[in-house]
Amino acid sequence: NLLATCSRDKSVWVWEVDEEEEYECVSVLNSHTQDVKHVVWHPNQELLASASYDDTVKLYHEEEDEWVCCATLEGHESTVWSVAFDRSGEVILSCLPGVACSGADPTWKCICNLSGFHTRTIYDVAWCHLTGALGTACGDDAIRVFEESSPTASQQPTFSLAAHVPRAHSQDVNCVAWNPREPGLLASCSDD
Amino acid sequence: LIRSINDPEHPLTLEELNVVEQVRVKAMFAFRQVNDAESTVAVEFTPTIPHCSMATLIGLSIKVKLIRSLPERFKVDVHITPGTHASEHAVNKQLADKERVAAALENSHLLEVVNQCLSARS
Repeated sequence: NLLATCSRDKSVWVWEVDEEEEYECVSVLNSHTQDVKHVVWHPNQELLASASYDDTVKLYHEEEDEWVCCATLEGHESTVWSVAFDRSGEVILSCLPGVACSGADPTWKCICNLSGFHTRTIYDVAWCHLTGALGTACGDDAIRVFEESSPTASQQPTFSLAAHVPRAHSQDVNCVAWNPREPGLLASCSDD
Repeated sequence: LIRSINDPEHPLTLEELNVVEQVRVKAMFAFRQVNDAESTVAVEFTPTIPHCSMATLIGLSIKVKLIRSLPERFKVDVHITPGTHASEHAVNKQLADKERVAAALENSHLLEVVNQCLSARS
């Protein structure tokens, strides 16, 4: 069982928990050059993704008993606040403003760009593994939900805005999360 | 609001150094354009010299002053007047990152410096 943590100190730590429920740090990864904002695990592999103030998303896995950075996703022009995998783990969604990259290890390329919907920083993205819908938490106090409009073309997906709640909160929305069992249920939290 | 901010490297106020001239104009424009629905304030400031290392501190002070003075719903954007500073992108990026701003203000020494910048000139 693995746990990952990240920090403003630019590092990502990987921890293992043993039978006695003791946590031990097994790796300190210093690949990012600036604050690491978010880490998330692949849904079914031991692959870790991190998002950073250095405008990149990095991926990590274990090679010969050592955790290494195996890929860097560039192309954002500002801080990446969050990142999410889809149900299959083949597609990554990163925010700013919502670029989905895809590919099998080790090549990832950008396949979709969701720009023009958000007016301020996107603080979080969440990918529902039940329905495939995307939720975003934005600094304009709004929550948006996107759905894939052409599910057959998996190489070049297009998403359309399915829901937009302009004043979901009275201040920045910091995080959104889909309920893992009940479709269409989204939780959010805010500076308010 | 902005007039009373002291440039930490100079004993005079920012206004007397002409830094705040553009800030004041922009701030006045920004206030006029703000409506209840948008709740945004955008302020530009011009550092005294293009390589001024105090630019981040000045920007932070402006941001703090506005946040303390305005209702919570306001989004405060503070950035350097384009073309007036060598590291404007890096400074603007820091000022726009609310986690970095919050972390900076947790530093008691830095907070004290910011409060000094904001205190009225005697």
